[in-house]
Amino acid sequence: MTELPTIDWPTAVVFAPLAGAILAFAWPRRAAALGLASVLVTAAAVAALALQVLAEGAVVTRLGNWGAPLGIDLRADGLSTVLLAMTLGVGAFVSVGALDSYAPARADDRTRRYFWPLWLLLLTGLNGAFLSTDVFNLYVMLEVIALAAVGLTVLGGGRAAVRAGLDYMYASILGALLFLMGVGFVYLELGRLDFAGLIAAEPAPALTAALALMIAGLLLKTALFPLHFWLPGAHANATAPASALLSGLVVKVSLYVFLRLTQYMPLPDELLVTLIGALGAGAILWGGIQALRAERLKLLVAWSTVVQIGLIFVAFARAGQVGLAESWKAVALLILAHAVAKAGMFLAAGRIKDEVGHDRIADLDRSPIRPTLAQFTFALAAISLIGLPPSLGFAGKWVLMEGAMAAGYWHWVGVTMIGTLFSVAYFSRVLASFLRFDRMRSPVAEHQGWALADAAPLILALSALGLGLAAAPILAFMEIGYPFGATP
Amino acid sequence: MTSGLIFGLTGIAVFAIGLFGALVMVEPLRRVLALKLCSVGAGFLLVVGAWREPPEAPDPVPHALVITGIVVMISATAVALALIRRLHMLERDTDD
Repeated sequence: MTELPTIDWPTAVVFAPLAGAILAFAWPRRAAALGLASVLVTAAAVAALALQVLAEGAVVTRLGNWGAPLGIDLRADGLSTVLLAMTLGVGAFVSVGALDSYAPARADDRTRRYFWPLWLLLLTGLNGAFLSTDVFNLYVMLEVIALAAVGLTVLGGGRAAVRAGLDYMYASILGALLFLMGVGFVYLELGRLDFAGLIAAEPAPALTAALALMIAGLLLKTALFPLHFWLPGAHANATAPASALLSGLVVKVSLYVFLRLTQYMPLPDELLVTLIGALGAGAILWGGIQALRAERLKLLVAWSTVVQIGLIFVAFARAGQVGLAESWKAVALLILAHAVAKAGMFLAAGRIKDEVGHDRIADLDRSPIRPTLAQFTFALAAISLIGLPPSLGFAGKWVLMEGAMAAGYWHWVGVTMIGTLFSVAYFSRVLASFLRFDRMRSPVAEHQGWALADAAPLILALSALGLGLAAAPILAFMEIGYPFGATP
Repeated sequence: MTSGLIFGLTGIAVFAIGLFGALVMVEPLRRVLALKLCSVGAGFLLVVGAWREPPEAPDPVPHALVITGIVVMISATAVALALIRRLHMLERDTDD
């Protein structure tokens, strides 16, 4: 391979979006062009980083040459790189979708001006979190993400959006502070904050307390049942591209941090693993029931996020404590599947709402306007979220159930099946109304499909479906650099 | 009981009071204040942990962490207050 040196890719991945955010904020007239350009530059940097990781294994950057334990290290291993690629892939298409959603005809000037700086700051935080190697840096990145995400939630400016954003804000700050308290415990016990220190540490009561605090904070931020109360409102009331980013990417970060921490600091008891799986099962049942009851399309999609997060935690617990060394792969696959499919689905739901003029599920089949391509996209995304082959969602569920069966944990297989049935049921409510034509008062309007704005969600939904075929290479890539092996 | 332990427990207690407040308060401003209390508790604990027997200088790392934490919390508080104000305005407008 030709040399790609002098540019340090991990640094570029974090600082390119930050520079873009500052530029887009300073130059609001050109915000969209600058924003899209910096997303593309960042995507190119991630691609270069992925090539480097593929060629050399994990890439480590010591910022300012301080080095651990005092300095900040950025480390890209297989898992980090896959999640970065997910972030930029989803982010790039959502950015394209945003060009249409926030076009001058659809959105006011303020919305258009603030979307790009907020989204790029969010991207900075996401990339920083995926590359972090110490818990304090993670805390800072989680706060950056939280502030940007709250900004995106309230971007629409309506009363419901602001109220939901405020609830989200409280949950997010509280989660971050619990995490910070845990970080404090870690430092007082170990005198260092990097992952290597956590791996080498002997089990101690203070570390168990630290882990408990950090996990509580992360579960609040990732909205695992029963701490999900803030999510449906925030995700359903935001504008469509913001919802896609919040549901597709933001909740994944706290999941990722949870995954790292639980691998580096083993859970002290089998019971805790079961408890986390049980909370996941609760999310599947409660979220499923609420999705069946939801009256609005976006709210249904938001509740489906609660269900999917539950499923991811079931994947975490699928084979108990001994199975954790393998279960992270199922978790990572489901994270990936949900990010891609849900971003596509939220964008499609936004398109349907824009075209039809409302998103009341009961009245969708009365509308003479049928945004066909957006509806098709919604259905494709639903296929991946339900978990039909060959989608990525199917691959994730397959790995989940395979592990659970091998370990003899049949209850997790049962929970997964119930969750799948629920998904079929609540998505059918929507799909049936797309296909019913007998309740319309007037003839079907002219053909509505094929708008350019449908391209971004359609590509995302098709990727969610097609990436399932690439599940094996993705799994192999994630293991580069031993994300959770002996050497950090 | 050493003074370090007393201070440490105080930090945890302040954090716990804040946590309780953040969970049960309804009034938006009170909830923000409760969250501030949480952050003070967490910072307090870190500063206590930095303390060393006098001839020795205190550990500077927790101080740096606390300063970062304060900056983060100031920004978060500002955003929360702006949101509360906006919500208040929106609700007043619709009541009229």
